[in-house]
Amino acid sequence: MKRWLERLSPGLVGLAFLAAWEALVRAREIPPYVLPGPLLVLQALRDDGPSLLRSLGFTLTITLQALALATVSGVALAVALTWSRWIERSLFPYAVALQVTPIVSIAPLIIIWVNDPARALLVCAWLVAFFPIVSNTAMGLRSADRNLVDLFALYGASRAQALWRLRLPSALPHFLAGLRISGGLALIGAVVAEFVAGTGGAETGLAFRLLEAGYRLQIPKMFAALLLLSLTGIAIYAGLQALSTWLLRNWHESAVDV
Amino acid sequence: MLRLRGVGKRFRNGTEALAGLDLEVEAGEFVSLLGPSGCGKSTLLRMVAGLDAPTSGTLERGLAGGATGQLGFVFQDATLMPWATTLDNAALPLRLAGLAAPNARARARDALRRVGLQGFEGAWPRELSGGMRMRVSLARALVTEPRLLLLDEPFAALDEITRLRLNEDLRALWAEGGLTVLFVTHSVFESAWLSNRVVVLRPRPGRLHADVPIALPEPRTPELRTSAGYNAACRALSAHLSEAMAA
Repeated sequence: MKRWLERLSPGLVGLAFLAAWEALVRAREIPPYVLPGPLLVLQALRDDGPSLLRSLGFTLTITLQALALATVSGVALAVALTWSRWIERSLFPYAVALQVTPIVSIAPLIIIWVNDPARALLVCAWLVAFFPIVSNTAMGLRSADRNLVDLFALYGASRAQALWRLRLPSALPHFLAGLRISGGLALIGAVVAEFVAGTGGAETGLAFRLLEAGYRLQIPKMFAALLLLSLTGIAIYAGLQALSTWLLRNWHESAVDV
Repeated sequence: MLRLRGVGKRFRNGTEALAGLDLEVEAGEFVSLLGPSGCGKSTLLRMVAGLDAPTSGTLERGLAGGATGQLGFVFQDATLMPWATTLDNAALPLRLAGLAAPNARARARDALRRVGLQGFEGAWPRELSGGMRMRVSLARALVTEPRLLLLDEPFAALDEITRLRLNEDLRALWAEGGLTVLFVTHSVFESAWLSNRVVVLRPRPGRLHADVPIALPEPRTPELRTSAGYNAACRALSAHLSEAMAA
């Protein structure tokens, strides 16, 4: 009984919150263009469902493509950074500079430089997703067990062997932690860039739907789009979490079942 | 097997870890290096392994060609790769030497059998007890069939019962022949039971204090630990150790 309550408690809290929200909106007669009740949002989700889902598909595609790009380029750069001090000294400051410059401030430039709007969004999302993977992976590559490093030296391992058999596996938990952060950031990047661009080109993403609904004072639709965005973010996080647990299931403390 | 002449080691920060050490080890010997912490025994072992170079003196190893594969090293911790099974951990030195996986695994299986771990080939390091992890580490060191085995306080972190068992197994592995063992420890009792010779070191900087032969009956048995001869050997070593620490 107690365990059931514990399991259900987040859902119950959510339901209670929604009920209070609906009650407040009705009691105070708040107009829907200020704050729509949850039932109206649900209705908007049903009415505009097909177009919103198409837009979600577009945003999600950009996000996943950016995440894939960030993974490949981020791991490659992390390996390069840890391969030689010289490369690290010369490249790392620029990676940091890219990271600390707010994406909203460079997005307009990128949108001017990259002709295809979808490509421009991809570049923006990639830029924000890239850094956590680089810095976490680089840290992981450097945190290989000292004694194992000695052991590899003792058996005359080449640098490539040490990278493949020791440094990359050591870095895997750190990389996955970075990937979870980057998953959320890629989505944020894709949305922010579309806000700045004001369009996704031939197709439209969820950010444009948000803007559009805002202009037209279709606030329930706006809420519906927001709901989809946040569900997408949660799904990405949960997916990456599951991937991480699966990859580390046999050996890492973070994935060992209790 | 080993000839050290006036070997010294000074670290970059100026600390002198070892000074003017002379030591010879014949092939087939079981020698313990005994001393308090700070006497440079681990540093000495690392230099013998080739992981560090002496800053003065000469160190010759009687290993033909490159030392790779002729030398096994066991660390204080088991130092296993947590992402690899017992079998793949034991096979690592052979894989690094370029052996194909099936071949390397077959030999790793043999090495695991020698340390009493048959049946655990597919286990992950975190599933094993501390003693079993140390056995995997031993199997890994033995898999290349080395001529020289170096151990750096390998059993210090284990419980007493496990430590005694592993002492017995290590001694039995050595008794199979072909192996020269250099064993670093800070335990008088362990060194007396295991070795044929105990080299006592003095700290700050590490120097040779005494070179003590241990003439106990063969084979070494658990019963030996309560014998008068063993007690006398321990007493003598303890005396040397106290002198070394007072010096």
